[in-house]
Amino acid sequence: MSSLAVELVAADRKVWEGEADMVVARTVDGELGILPGHTPLLGVLVEGQIRIKAGDGTHTATVDGGFLSVDRDKVIIVAEAVDASQIPA
Amino acid sequence: MGAQMRVYRQRIRSVQATKKITRAMELIAASRVVKAQQRVKESSPYARALTRAVSAVATYSNVEHPLTTEHDDVRRAAVLVITSDRGLAGAYSSSVIKESERLVGELRAAGKEVVPYLVGRKAVGFYRFRKREFAAEWSGFTDQPNFEAAREIGSRLVEDFTRDQSEGGVDEVHIVFTRFVNMVTQEPDVVRMLPLEVVEGEEAPAEDDVLPLYEFEPSAEQVLDALLPKYVTARIYNCLLQAAASELASRQRAMKSATDNAEELIKKYTRLANQARQAEITQEISEIVGGASALADAS
Repeated sequence: MSSLAVELVAADRKVWEGEADMVVARTVDGELGILPGHTPLLGVLVEGQIRIKAGDGTHTATVDGGFLSVDRDKVIIVAEAVDASQIPA
Repeated sequence: MGAQMRVYRQRIRSVQATKKITRAMELIAASRVVKAQQRVKESSPYARALTRAVSAVATYSNVEHPLTTEHDDVRRAAVLVITSDRGLAGAYSSSVIKESERLVGELRAAGKEVVPYLVGRKAVGFYRFRKREFAAEWSGFTDQPNFEAAREIGSRLVEDFTRDQSEGGVDEVHIVFTRFVNMVTQEPDVVRMLPLEVVEGEEAPAEDDVLPLYEFEPSAEQVLDALLPKYVTARIYNCLLQAAASELASRQRAMKSATDNAEELIKKYTRLANQARQAEITQEISEIVGGASALADAS
């Protein structure tokens, strides 16, 4: 199974970039899990946590809203402020 | 020491002190301009992701949004003027203000009422001194703009744009700022911000980079609703960052020429002081010689 290329982008810089097997985010309609091969998607996020499952465990980051776009196994999470201090670089 | 020489020495000392200050300001501006350019670069992933998302929604859905539709009967136009807080940056602020005056004249000629929004103490001072009215002002951050400031300005402009004319709303929003072309060239520029025209960023998308057919969560309208104000804010943030980089580059250049000027002045005054010293010595010698020969004649 291929993996997802994930980017966390804040207003003033790119916060984190890496590989993941699954991304879970909270949109306006509810929790949304993204696996490789997901159809292209643009979703509005609400304030909350993003969970990124990779081979070495689950990382969490906090966003203050923003949106998420999925396109050809590339997930871009964009928010004005992203707190990714818990993700090891 | 002659009076003339003392005056020259004093001048030299004062110019030397000025030179130290301008040299320090030049070095500070030079180191900050690098950081400012860095910040422009760091904000581009965000702007690119937003632009891409907005164009995806705009391409694949026929959604009308208040921020993208032209108002018919445009009567009030907002002009956001981005200047600096501090002077000593050459013609930086005055050329932005000049450009804004030109735009204001054009808009007035087209029969529109102009509503100014000011960024930076220089613009505020310009309007206050002439006792002109303005809608809002922001200052205190122009050489290091943060995202908070951009958000504040963006939300105010979007709010005024969506309000009705009769309640103080505006029909168009223009931004006058200084585009940072490179270290030696910064030019004042005008962009029309609202109603929005979605343009791709600096880099055009590659030929095969076709936007896929996106699914929208929860719906295209709501996605656009969430994205557009952010897009406006990101554009304003980019303008502020470019203006900051331009301000610092102008300041560096202005301070460099001030330092060169000071050196030139010091050289000139040193020559004059030397001349005055020599003239004094010559006069003393001729006085002594004259006195001695007068004594010799008398005896």
